[in-house]
Amino acid sequence: MAESNIISPENLVYEKTSVMTDRVMHYCPGCGHGTAHRMLAEAIDELGIQGDIIGVAPVGCSVLAYYYFDVDMQEAAHGRAPAVATGIKRVLPDKYVFTYQGDGDLAAIGTAETIHACNRGENILIVFINNGIYGMTGGQMAPTTLPGMKSSTSPRGRDVSTMGNPLKITELVAELTGTYFVTRQSVHAPANARKAKRAMKKALEYQKLNKGTCFVEIVSNCPSGWKMTPAQSNKWMEENMFPFYPLGDIKVPEQ
Amino acid sequence: MKGNEALAEAAIRAGADAYFGYPITPQSEVIEYLMRENPADRTGMQVLQAESEIAAINMVYGAAGCGKRAMTSSSSPGISLKMEGLSYIAGAELPCVVVNVVRAGPGLGTIQPSQSDYFQAVKGGGHGDYKLIVLAPATVQESVDYVKLAFDLAFKYRNPVMILSDGIIGQMMEKVELFEQMPRSNKEYEWATLGKKPGKNSVIVTSLQLQSEEQEKVNLRLQAKYREVEKNEVRFETYGCEDAEYLFAAFGSCARITRKALDMARAKGIKVGIIRPQTLYPFPVDEISRLAGQVKGILTVEMNAGQMVEDVKLAVNGKTPVEFYGRFGGMIPTPDEILEALEQKIIGG
Ligand SMILES: Cc1ncc(C[n+]2csc(CCOP(=O)(O)OP(=O)(O)O)c2C)c(N)n1
Ligand code: SF4
Ligand SMILES: [Mg+2]
Repeated sequence: MAESNIISPENLVYEKTSVMTDRVMHYCPGCGHGTAHRMLAEAIDELGIQGDIIGVAPVGCSVLAYYYFDVDMQEAAHGRAPAVATGIKRVLPDKYVFTYQGDGDLAAIGTAETIHACNRGENILIVFINNGIYGMTGGQMAPTTLPGMKSSTSPRGRDVSTMGNPLKITELVAELTGTYFVTRQSVHAPANARKAKRAMKKALEYQKLNKGTCFVEIVSNCPSGWKMTPAQSNKWMEENMFPFYPLGDIKVPEQ
Repeated sequence: MKGNEALAEAAIRAGADAYFGYPITPQSEVIEYLMRENPADRTGMQVLQAESEIAAINMVYGAAGCGKRAMTSSSSPGISLKMEGLSYIAGAELPCVVVNVVRAGPGLGTIQPSQSDYFQAVKGGGHGDYKLIVLAPATVQESVDYVKLAFDLAFKYRNPVMILSDGIIGQMMEKVELFEQMPRSNKEYEWATLGKKPGKNSVIVTSLQLQSEEQEKVNLRLQAKYREVEKNEVRFETYGCEDAEYLFAAFGSCARITRKALDMARAKGIKVGIIRPQTLYPFPVDEISRLAGQVKGILTVEMNAGQMVEDVKLAVNGKTPVEFYGRFGGMIPTPDEILEALEQKIIGG
């Protein structure tokens, strides 16, 4: 078959947002982090706030998020992103501020920072990537790991009698008066990714209102940590993660 | 004014942009004063009670990363919790001011004054090869003046600065002269995250380098900075050293008590002087080394089990005997005890 160059402007159906850099991502093939980054970057782009937003990267696989988002960013210690974001927002109240955090970062070591930032109603966006595992350190159990789910520190499956039950921190923060908009999304299929983008865009728009914390969970996969192919991991996520972490809005602003 | 309150007022006057703290005795008056004073109305300075010392120091990190003058204060157990954040702040080369109104440890210890956090302040405390610039006030006046100095040094070197106070200075009432209100700066530093400027690279505040070669370069840069600090910023006070045959070395409130012992010794005809380091890092190595060539012995006096004495010994490098006298656990040495220690350990020894 003759090769023809299809890279030409008339064939362009989907343009890369300028809020993402051209750096090659270090994420594993099929990992949801890349798509989640892109959806958030597009939301920032559509709102035209690239020069008015400051992001906070976590410790976790997305520790290098600042290489991919073309916005000013700070790298926080493990779990401390909501406190760092608080510090930023308090001195730059007119800027948009977001954190991007994994489940270990946000719901284990950083639980106090998460809950209290939400409880104070800090006017920030928290993007929470729940892949049910510690991806970066090689697939250890996370606070969100499902009952019976295997990981390198729950090799016989999570035994809830000794290891505790998965923490639904998103439902928890939705209970707090300080949160304004709380939703759970996914980015594993185009329609879901678009919905996730709309949610993050809405959350950023709400930030202008100074009404409280917006919290967007993205249930995601970790093919490497789960020891699955990307396709298998998405199927497993649909069959196992979504029933436990149902997608949809959990708290929406009163009209 | 009470030491802690004077220090809080000094923060407002030094043009601080933000203070983040968590209550702990004997320094809670700092945040209480700030909340009462409500500097948001006076200067626009933000004050927030955090959920923990960990959160507070990370709020400082965030605000400092925006190029703002951020400060936190605590006492020993709370300072331990800030050590992770301080290592990150030093690694990311951000300026900030941290006050430790030291109480005795280890553990929960006692709320009584102590100097037992010298090692933690001067030798690292957190992980990695980093240094805090450490200022040791001996009076309420100095705690006030050091707040301004600390912010200046923090921004000059983009490095965290610690004011190592203690429960005596924090709780003591003394006359102070407060400096005039300084305006908050609206300077936009090129290293600060303020929102990406068109045509410019985005600003990244981080302490992470995945490649060893890159991390070594960061370490070398930090070390070069510390050498500059050592060259330029040594501060100390000496008294009675011209004709001294013996020398006291002491810092902070303990140096004031030791001064009393010096006066008593002089009255008895003992020619003793004192060196009081005002910066614990950088340490007055050269001056101590010089004095070591002059005196017959040095007594280091501290409210701990013997910490600064190690640095005195390093500076003296065997030139003259160095002995230690200390009380700890919240106990305060008396001038009589110190004089007795001088007579027994140094003069009689
Ligand atoms: C204080 C501290 N403890 C532990 C670690 C090691 N560590 C790095 S990332 C990580 C877990 C990250 O998992 P998660 O937040 O779920 O992010 P993911 O990689 O899955 O996206 C851990 C435990 C660390 N860097 N710092
Ligand atoms: S380890 Fe998991 S979360 Fe990390 S990049 Fe790979 S697939 Fe993604
Ligand atoms: Mg994870």
